[in-house]
Amino acid sequence: MKLGFFLKEAIRSMRRSAAPSFAALATVLVTMLVLGVFIPIVQATNGAANSVRGRVEVDVYMNTNANAGDDARVRNELLGLSHVKSVQFVSKEQAYKQQAQTDPQAYALLGSNPLPDTYHVYPDNPSNVLAVHSEIAGTGSGGSGQPIDTSIAKVSNKQSDTQKILEVTNLVTITAAVLTVLLVLASILLIANTIRLSLYARRREVEVMKLVGATDWFIRVPFMIEGVIVGSAGALLAIVILGATKIALLDPLASNWTLIAAPRTIGFTFLVVVLLAAGTLVSAVGSGLSLRRFLRV
Amino acid sequence: MAISESQHRTRRRRESEAPDIPDVSEVRPVAPRLGGAPVLEFRGVTKRYPSGDIGLDQATFSIGRGEFVFLVGSTGSGKSTVMRLLIKELEPSSGTIRVAGHDLSMIKRNRIAYYRRNIGVVFQDFKLLPARTVYDNVAYALQVTGGTRREIRDKVPDILRLTGLSLKLHNTPDQLSGGEQQRVSIARAFVNHPPLLLADEPTGNLDPETSVDIMRLLYRINRTGTTVLVATHDQAMVDKMRRRVLELSQGRIIRDEATGLYTRDETTREFARRMRQPPTRPDGV
Repeated sequence: MKLGFFLKEAIRSMRRSAAPSFAALATVLVTMLVLGVFIPIVQATNGAANSVRGRVEVDVYMNTNANAGDDARVRNELLGLSHVKSVQFVSKEQAYKQQAQTDPQAYALLGSNPLPDTYHVYPDNPSNVLAVHSEIAGTGSGGSGQPIDTSIAKVSNKQSDTQKILEVTNLVTITAAVLTVLLVLASILLIANTIRLSLYARRREVEVMKLVGATDWFIRVPFMIEGVIVGSAGALLAIVILGATKIALLDPLASNWTLIAAPRTIGFTFLVVVLLAAGTLVSAVGSGLSLRRFLRV
Repeated sequence: MAISESQHRTRRRRESEAPDIPDVSEVRPVAPRLGGAPVLEFRGVTKRYPSGDIGLDQATFSIGRGEFVFLVGSTGSGKSTVMRLLIKELEPSSGTIRVAGHDLSMIKRNRIAYYRRNIGVVFQDFKLLPARTVYDNVAYALQVTGGTRREIRDKVPDILRLTGLSLKLHNTPDQLSGGEQQRVSIARAFVNHPPLLLADEPTGNLDPETSVDIMRLLYRINRTGTTVLVATHDQAMVDKMRRRVLELSQGRIIRDEATGLYTRDETTREFARRMRQPPTRPDGV
């Protein structure tokens, strides 16, 4: 329709009411900055939690007199179980070398290698680890009470530790999700409130427009365009600041600290798009909805 | 011993012969309607506010095309209620309002804006769009109806010339005097040449000199065939212009005179008669 007219109207009214418009822009800027910092943190946390969960495993210790044939048989049995993603074999020699590094003096005193061959069994999903354990150990319902193979000496999964790990990582993920939702909600409310205030200051204008016979949409569109401009400008500024901070501070750190670099965040571009869309949408829709109150004039 | 007997007798004779200004309780004939159905018709309209106050009480009157009507009465008598009912800012509690033959209650909420474009409204506080020039203020009324840039360029300077604002095209309201602001308001109300112009206390915030100018403007607009309804308590103006007067009191219409004055005129005989009667409130029309 007359988009050009509405655009001009929007720009004019922004120039006229500079202070409220700037307030709205500042609000969007601040909330987008907070979100822009918070979201990567949440992702890193979730990533760390997931990688911890990923290390959850079942250790299967073979009899010390097991030979290569037994090893191979047990390996196939383990792979054949449900919920088993992969199986890693650590021979007694490798195990000895690993452990000897942690405590060389103690191991030097040992004559022979007391360590057994070990299979690290990784479940496809960390929450299935206990099921896998009970399958191998035969402790589940319908199990024989004995490990599935006579060559298996012991099945260990550090049950209480695993339980704790699962619980804690779950809690971390849920807390992060709840915090994100609350933060997003707070941002929306803050932006909407600032917009409402700036519209309240202009309710006389809206009243006059109604009296002269302007339809609701004729009044609404310039305000919504204003919302789009303010919202996207605020978000863009936030993105620029975040980007500058990232390049100046984080990238040099990442080369030294693997904790920051390792959990791959969703990528800066996607964050940019999300922030831009959020800022613009909330401002535009907020303007349109806030006007409803005053269009009741 | 003030007057001699003969003088007294003469006076009495003169009074009995003197042409009587008719008893005000008679209905005066309204101004002849220029063609067809009335522009405005109120039938038994009552407006009760949620607070319990009565805005209008069984108001019935009609106004024909091209008439110039004053709506007078003290504050709270219902003048503003009539205006607000006419622009559909309020809905009547009962009764029918017809404008140009259309029943206002039939107009749906989303059509109110279109209805309002046919009525020019002028208010006591001017109600201009702040921080916009005179030109833009008037142009807005045209933009709302989808006027093209060329139409606006033609019509706006014209109407501003008619209202004497040619030199103030690019001023903003805060740079104008009260009288000038009201002219802008009138220009905006009239730029679309609506058939009906409403003015709610147009001279309320203006000095007597400027009030005269404003009323002259409204009169000129009326001369073009526009029906004009002015709510006012500018006594001098009503008396000078001698137009149809609708008087409201506590929501009821108590007078409808074709060429009335702000206050009803009485002969001394009527005065005497009234003084001798027990106190009653005069009946409505």
